[in-house]
Amino acid sequence: MEMPKPNSAILARKARVVERLQKVLPRDAVIHDEAETRAYECDALTAYRCPPMVAVLPTSTREVSDVLRICHEEGVPVVPRGSGTSLAGGALPTADCVILGVARMNEVLETDYDNRFIRVQTGRTNLSVTGAVEENGFFYAPDPSSQLACAIAGNIAMNSGGAHCLKYGVTTNNLMGVAMVMMDGEVVEIGGAHLDAGGLDLLGLICGSEGQLGVVTEATLRILHKPEGARPVLMGFDDNEVAGACVSDIIKAGVLPVAIEFMDRPCIEATEAFAHAGYPMCEALLIVEVEGSDAEIDAQLALIMEIARKHDPVELRESKSAEESAAIWLGRKSAFGAMGQINDYMCLDGTIPVSSLPFVLRRIGEMSKEYGLKVGNVFHAGDGNMHPLILFDANKPGDLELCEEFGAEILKLCVEAGGCLTGEHGVGIEKRDLMTVQYAPADLEAQMAVKDVFDPQWLLNPAKVFPLAVSEQRRGTAALAAE
Amino acid sequence: MKPETENDLAEVIAAASGPLAVKGGGTRGIAPQGDVLDVSGIRGVSLYEPGALTLVAAAGTPVADVEAALAAEHQRLAFEPMDHRGLMGTSGAPTIGGVIAGNISGPRRIQGGAARDFALGVRFVDGAGNIVKNGGRVMKNVTGYDLVKLMAGSWGTLGVLTEVALKVLPTPETQATLVLQGLNEVDAVRAMAAALGSPFEVSGASHLPEGPDGGPTTMLRVEGFEASVAYRLTQLQMLLSGFGARVERADAASTVRIWADVRDVAAFHGIAGDVWRVSCKPSDGPALAARAQAQGCVFDWAGGLIWLRVSEGTDLRSRLGAFDGHATLVRGTAETRAKVPVFQPEASGVAKLTAGLRARFDPRGILNPGLMGSAA
Repeated sequence: MEMPKPNSAILARKARVVERLQKVLPRDAVIHDEAETRAYECDALTAYRCPPMVAVLPTSTREVSDVLRICHEEGVPVVPRGSGTSLAGGALPTADCVILGVARMNEVLETDYDNRFIRVQTGRTNLSVTGAVEENGFFYAPDPSSQLACAIAGNIAMNSGGAHCLKYGVTTNNLMGVAMVMMDGEVVEIGGAHLDAGGLDLLGLICGSEGQLGVVTEATLRILHKPEGARPVLMGFDDNEVAGACVSDIIKAGVLPVAIEFMDRPCIEATEAFAHAGYPMCEALLIVEVEGSDAEIDAQLALIMEIARKHDPVELRESKSAEESAAIWLGRKSAFGAMGQINDYMCLDGTIPVSSLPFVLRRIGEMSKEYGLKVGNVFHAGDGNMHPLILFDANKPGDLELCEEFGAEILKLCVEAGGCLTGEHGVGIEKRDLMTVQYAPADLEAQMAVKDVFDPQWLLNPAKVFPLAVSEQRRGTAALAAE
Repeated sequence: MKPETENDLAEVIAAASGPLAVKGGGTRGIAPQGDVLDVSGIRGVSLYEPGALTLVAAAGTPVADVEAALAAEHQRLAFEPMDHRGLMGTSGAPTIGGVIAGNISGPRRIQGGAARDFALGVRFVDGAGNIVKNGGRVMKNVTGYDLVKLMAGSWGTLGVLTEVALKVLPTPETQATLVLQGLNEVDAVRAMAAALGSPFEVSGASHLPEGPDGGPTTMLRVEGFEASVAYRLTQLQMLLSGFGARVERADAASTVRIWADVRDVAAFHGIAGDVWRVSCKPSDGPALAARAQAQGCVFDWAGGLIWLRVSEGTDLRSRLGAFDGHATLVRGTAETRAKVPVFQPEASGVAKLTAGLRARFDPRGILNPGLMGSAA
């Protein structure tokens, strides 16, 4: 994956930039020693690393504003960073950038149960937002699997999803307002404790813009009361196609489960060897979870089991207790760890129309043989969000490149099937150069026009999302100005 | 001008020499200045997969056609788009493009989300005549910027929609309404907050200071499987017993009528006066309504949406003062419209971004000019 060449004019000004940043931030909040900046050299896409020129850790919107104003005046690119859990390289630095980490901004600013929202600083982790309201029975719905570590700032930047978004939606459906600092230091407030925009929906535009439009420092998030209970049912099938038909029939029957998770045979085998969850050995396994009171859950599960029986399942296991529910979820939750035990892996997240599932899985199987790399599939089946895990050996020369090539082919297949490159991880650097597969030049031009408006000099996270060749001219203007 | 294909529309816009007034069904009463550009010729449902909860339709497709296709599979538009005809005194067929362009949502917005939350993808023609697509037809998609949200609620000022892809949902087996009589506005909003802060999945929460029998009426809707609906109504009734209201239950057929009336603000149909739509923090609702000195008032969204009927020419925003939210003039005389902006004026930082976006998407300033502020 190519990154732009660092601007030597900026690197030559490092001492002055550091000095100016130290004037507006506490001493320990400006990290510029080469031994220490290394801590920020990558995010969860660890195959790519590059220490930044400087990293800063502000504690308030005011400090973020000061940092951005200085970087704007100095023409220094800024890469915002939440907790650094991006799988797409969204927080990967360049050697001439300032990393702006929001990790020290983790306060709860306001909790309002009557109006069902919480306002937080965006460095707060996803799970600790729920942690702040759960003693009153409330929760924050989006639940990306990195929720213990990932920050709300990153959730907003990537419009993160999770296993339960079939019912509750993704970040954009649960975000009510933000305070955001523009690249020139101006602070704007968008949305709030009310619903929907009075003018253009800038909130919807900012959510998922991968830190390229502004730095979101505060967020108003919708909170919900927890359901009375939740229980899953596990089903195994001898055929992917049959499992897909079963999902479709469940949805058509008018039940709306909170989650429908799918695992294929390679993934089941790896998981069983690792976690011993007691899963049946079959071609396709579904975990379907519903919510409500005990009686409501019984009624919904009875309907779901009736539908499943029509598809000749090899296994049908309804949870009757919290222990049984945990056992059903154990394998699914261990799936990534299990695959990691076998080898290094790359996790994709293309999304496809649910109806294309059998075709796409068959093609991935064929391609797996062609490339000689194993693939296991975990899948949010209700919404078509796939997670193919391609196994490779990072120590074997050429294997990473082969794996990336295979991954790109899978994502192209997703687009051909009527889907998209990424359902919840974001484009970052990982899928940047594939954007032209999904979008025509006019489509990308419209998106880049938005960045032109918010960040005319293309200083914020500039080398992400758009293919480098496509954004070159715009980034070039900024580089020239910096010299 | 009434193009019948996306390409024709692109040519019309590229060749336009003056302002264009973009029109779907023409039922929502926005009536901007300019040559009428009628999009209702670009129509038809091109894809509907009930098992994937997805429908794709050309922007000019009548909402009624979309709803009929969905009803045949026991599905629906869960955001419950308002029909403006009764309130605005308009006729014609509302289009699905108009629904998305105006982000038109009804009472279920508080539970299921707004129109913008169900919009998966769009195709549109920008003010320079470029055809642009964004999003897609799948439920999760973070590939590039979300211009779908930007287009939803932009009222044709950034581009003219030609196609929308929507997430649809199953129609529940049944529905019912818990009706509470006699609560004042403050108690009503507190009761609605308690109901929405429960696990019982309330999908509508409205309060009429003057209900059907003249007294204040608070309504809570529950939808789902029959036994579940009965259970949740009972739980809600117990939860709210402390408010001391007289409680009745409305059955499925009455529930359909009640919420169509809330959605379409039937209380104001055929009565003169300007009508404003205020989105606010729900607990602020009663105080804002008091400041409005309105002749008529309907609370929806548990108090977070207030419909206000005031005498013609009133500058409601000056009565409301500063608050967390926004006020839109939905029905106003020419005199009112000349005096006060239809959309809430934005703070300068946000206004600058809005103007910048309009200047980029519609460089000649020809799409519905003057409707939502102006281009830079």
